[in-house]
Amino acid sequence: MEPLFFYILAVVTIVSALFVITRKNPVISIIFLLVMLAGMAGLFVMLHAHFIAAIQVLVYAGAIIVLFLFVVMLLSGGDAKPPFFIRSPIRAIAVLLALIVLLEAFIIMSSGSDTGISATQAFNSSPRNLGNTENVAASLFTTYLLPFEIASLVLLVAMIGAIILSKGFIK
Amino acid sequence: MITLTHYILLSVILFSIGLIGLMIRKNLLIILMSLEIMLNAVNLSFVTFSRMHANLTGQVYSFFIITVAAAEVAVALAIIINVFRMRQNLNVDELSLMKW
Repeated sequence: MEPLFFYILAVVTIVSALFVITRKNPVISIIFLLVMLAGMAGLFVMLHAHFIAAIQVLVYAGAIIVLFLFVVMLLSGGDAKPPFFIRSPIRAIAVLLALIVLLEAFIIMSSGSDTGISATQAFNSSPRNLGNTENVAASLFTTYLLPFEIASLVLLVAMIGAIILSKGFIK
Repeated sequence: MITLTHYILLSVILFSIGLIGLMIRKNLLIILMSLEIMLNAVNLSFVTFSRMHANLTGQVYSFFIITVAAAEVAVALAIIINVFRMRQNLNVDELSLMKW
């Protein structure tokens, strides 16, 4: 059963990401981004990271998508007029460079074999409750307490910055 | 059997898709969404290695990446609203004031 779930989620995620970058209407892109984030949450659950999956749905799919939709509604999509893509030669070079990155990753993954066996054993034998809320909270409030507090400062600064930037220019 | 390699390859494929979207689109909003795709690919990579080492460090890093991405999207959208106010469209080709 597990390979079936993985392949369904992987195909949904990849196809949604491809639709995000190729649609002309920004609202359609946002909807496909939402589907991709839901697929990612499913993949996190399969990796025994239940807390991160819940946070992904709450923060990414719940708040960030809504922010995007508000901005698209306010700006009416940016009044996009054709052409929607960068000029053709640069576009071809960009796709070629990204495919080189992908090819390099394939080569690395298929050639490295010295950590292959132990990594697979460790991967398959990890505990099922590795990423439940109790364990992540225990780690977050003891070992990583300082980054946790700094993250709250980051959110405060971002909130102040967004308010000042969107009020308009101070005469 | 789904191994580590499958998840890492999926993460790299998603990162490449986000990279392509960042480089070929002209609309600022789509560029920001491609950036979110790349961040999600990195999150998947972190959580995969967290499972491999049976250590929660990767998942805590992923938590902070999600937090910082939320803050970054808020500020980036405020900047995009200002760009729209100045130019009435979101075309990156026209944001070339700093060219010589």
